[in-house]
Amino acid sequence: MGLKQTPSQTVGPFFAYGLTPEQYGYELDSIADGAVSDDRTAGTPIRIEGCVFDGRGDVVCDAMIEIWQADAQGRYAHPGDPRGSNADFTGFGRQGTGTDPQSRFRFETVKPGSTGDGNAPHVNLIVFARGLPSHAFTRIYFADEAAANATDPVLSQVPAERRDTLIAQLADSPGSAVYRFDIHLQGDAETVFFDV
Amino acid sequence: MTSPPFRPRDWSSHPSFIDPRADGYRSSALRGPTKPLVPIRQSLSELTGPVYGHDSVGELDADLTRNGRRNGEPLGERIVVTGRVLDEDGRPQANTLIEVWQANAAGRYIHKVDQHDAPVDPNFFGGGRCITDSAGRYRFHSIKPGAYPWGNHPNAWRPNHIHFSLFGPAFATRLVTQMYFPGDPLLKLDPIFTGIPETARDRLVAEFSIDVTEADFALGYVFDIVLRGRAITPMED
Repeated sequence: MGLKQTPSQTVGPFFAYGLTPEQYGYELDSIADGAVSDDRTAGTPIRIEGCVFDGRGDVVCDAMIEIWQADAQGRYAHPGDPRGSNADFTGFGRQGTGTDPQSRFRFETVKPGSTGDGNAPHVNLIVFARGLPSHAFTRIYFADEAAANATDPVLSQVPAERRDTLIAQLADSPGSAVYRFDIHLQGDAETVFFDV
Repeated sequence: MTSPPFRPRDWSSHPSFIDPRADGYRSSALRGPTKPLVPIRQSLSELTGPVYGHDSVGELDADLTRNGRRNGEPLGERIVVTGRVLDEDGRPQANTLIEVWQANAAGRYIHKVDQHDAPVDPNFFGGGRCITDSAGRYRFHSIKPGAYPWGNHPNAWRPNHIHFSLFGPAFATRLVTQMYFPGDPLLKLDPIFTGIPETARDRLVAEFSIDVTEADFALGYVFDIVLRGRAITPMED
């Protein structure tokens, strides 16, 4: 090891035309957005939505959320996954919180399968925002996977009283599976963030 | 065969979540996590990440002097920015996507919520992207961004900078940062820049290079970027 890591800096308030241009109505193609899956994607369609809250409990309307997940069979679309990837599903989504009237992020995707080794189904997530000089990693687990969650090796490293901050709750929405996952940057309900 | 894990984020190189200084980066106070990060063992979830190739970059994406033109050329000093993306062991990070965004020469972002009273340039968009080659090298053309005022403290000005977003080989190597320009008197006054541990700050200041400078066209800057390396040196095939 001879070189030192390049320092992180905040994404700032004006990332939208560079990183999420189509969502915000700018004339540049987006490399990813909130539609992670489409009608042809194998698996159970779900939506994951939520808000980002600051230490005062105010909603953060200039955050950017990225998610990275396995497909319904638990495979990542990456050469590092030895099981071979699903070419139709990138598993990557990106959304700013500045276009929804309630400042939500929303991802249309499929429920990920278990990646093996006792891992419960989960979605990996990064929060970027003005006011965050370094980005924050967390994970979304699913409330209806209680048995798998109970033995997940990452969840089991989280203090029991904080595990709920990582569990998306199934909302009551007829006809489609909507999971609610709010991110609290600070406060009593502060989301668990990982040193990945 | 699963890849070896990445070395941890080096917190002696990165700014802390909450700026502890009284005259620091104010908006971090209510946004930075306050509880210690929970360490986890890297699994496939962290060792894999989105893959973007040359097909994800359009013809003009790496030329910000051309990708926003409507009726003429953008105003300002043309620049060319190049460098290598490496890991901590000096290994080139090939085929990695870099996204950039910046203010125009007058210090105004095209972003709709930028209220700074400086002119928008109808021929400058300010966003683009490029992919590193097999040697980890990237290159894009642009206009030198202007400084602009912000509300952190009275008479606060951001130094000239270009925002960079990089993926690297995995979700764990994700990096968003900013490149600054040498000799900028605003650097030592900028709490975002000085929020970086002192010994690491210079890594974000590009070097002017007459060799990279394109005669009669654009001033050249070199900015190398180092992402997390592997904790174990993989065996060479």
